Amino acid sequence: MFDDFLSNKNSWHNTEGPLSRIIFSSRLRLARNLADVPFPWKATTAQKEAICKKIEENYRKIPILKDSFFVRMEDVAELDREFLLERHLLSREFLTSLKGKALIVSSDERISIMINEEDHFRIQFITAGFELKKCWQILNEIDTQLSKIFSFAFDQQIGYLTACPTNVGTALRTSCMLHIPALVLTKRINKMLEFMAKISFTARGFFGEGTQALGNFFQISNQGSLGFSEEELIENISSVVNQIKDQELEARDILLKKHRISLEDNVWRAFGMLRHARLMNSKEALAHLSMLSLGIDLDIIKNLERQTINELFTIIQPAHLQKIENKILKEEERDYIRAKILREKLS
Amino acid sequence: MLCDICHKNIATIHLTELVNNKVVEMHICQACTKSKTKGIEEQLNIFDFLVGLTNNQEVASKKSKLLSECKVCGLTYADFKKNGRFGCANCYQYFKNSILPLLRKIHGSDQHRGKYPTDEIVGRPELKIKELRKRLELAIQLEEYEEAAKLRDEIKKLEELKGKNV
Repeated sequence: MFDDFLSNKNSWHNTEGPLSRIIFSSRLRLARNLADVPFPWKATTAQKEAICKKIEENYRKIPILKDSFFVRMEDVAELDREFLLERHLLSREFLTSLKGKALIVSSDERISIMINEEDHFRIQFITAGFELKKCWQILNEIDTQLSKIFSFAFDQQIGYLTACPTNVGTALRTSCMLHIPALVLTKRINKMLEFMAKISFTARGFFGEGTQALGNFFQISNQGSLGFSEEELIENISSVVNQIKDQELEARDILLKKHRISLEDNVWRAFGMLRHARLMNSKEALAHLSMLSLGIDLDIIKNLERQTINELFTIIQPAHLQKIENKILKEEERDYIRAKILREKLS
Repeated sequence: MLCDICHKNIATIHLTELVNNKVVEMHICQACTKSKTKGIEEQLNIFDFLVGLTNNQEVASKKSKLLSECKVCGLTYADFKKNGRFGCANCYQYFKNSILPLLRKIHGSDQHRGKYPTDEIVGRPELKIKELRKRLELAIQLEEYEEAAKLRDEIKKLEELKGKNV
């Protein structure tokens, strides 16, 4: 199952979007609950199963979802679950138990709907580059269509109701994944993180599990979901993301003008490691790939497609390597395969 | 790099936390991770976090409030304190008096200004027109003029209907 995703040329992972060299991807997520069924953690398996059944029977009637597939989480193998997690199609929390849970994913992997995660529906739209408005247009349409099938919990005063009060109102979470190596290299990142916290935005790592941002990727998202319209929330995050993008460009300029030799040295060393190492863990690989991306963006390295690097960011993750090799690999085996794939793709 | 806790094994997990606006890093081995993450879960008990945001007196003063329960799903306010989650949509009605101040603390507002579900809009053309206007604006911004023309016609029709009803 899901093997097609490995060579999915349609997927947002393998396409470029507006400003996608710095703003890797845009993601919006809506939470929705049925008015007459307890939230998933309080609902019985039979109640959750009934929701899965109803959506399974009806989702294809929604034109945008006609190319999507539906799968019950109990039918998904462990490796595939990790693989979907690495592709950002589901959350770690979704995998804590599998009973009464299902997933809908579109063939281009832009749409994913988690059924019975923290809320009955968690609808996500993710796309390459800086395209939050487009994301909202599509997500809004999916929600409107779903609301013709299900009656959603809604209060005139406080909006859409969710299991956790931090999500009520629009129940919308907006986020952008940014690749900002120059802000990290020039150590301006800490100031930026402090500033983000002050204005109620969060910044955390995009790859890996901890809060550490591997490969200089940061996920910026809004905190509040009530008191603003969806359009205003999108405007707010857009202006924050634009500011960070401008700061990153400024930091890149400083690196080029004041530290050119050491920047070039860093980039070429990263390239050398990626092309010659025999063992490489994910953390190291992400760090080198990040430097290599910067090198391509700044024209230090030519004749290499940025798209190749974007693909590598995704496929060097543990579950991806195991899907490629089609077997379970131990950590050392993964480090060997990872280094081998990197050499092949970059030689 | 050795683990910061046991100082014996190689650290494989790297945590970065923001404490008082300072970045604190921890490097931990697999074995010590379990005990550390347990600690984090306890620290991050969401309800303690939420309650910390509201006026403590207000929360603590009324024991009876803790025992009050949602008549539909049976969740008590104490259950919510423990889990940080409500049991069903009706909880928002039963605990409304406690929820509104909480929402103002979390979101800075207790008024929804976003989208309305389709069935709420039925029979309220002013809401429908508002919704369509937003979609029209977005379509124009995205330069989808065919979609925009359709929305414009729909708005016009609704406005005419509304005019007749008045």
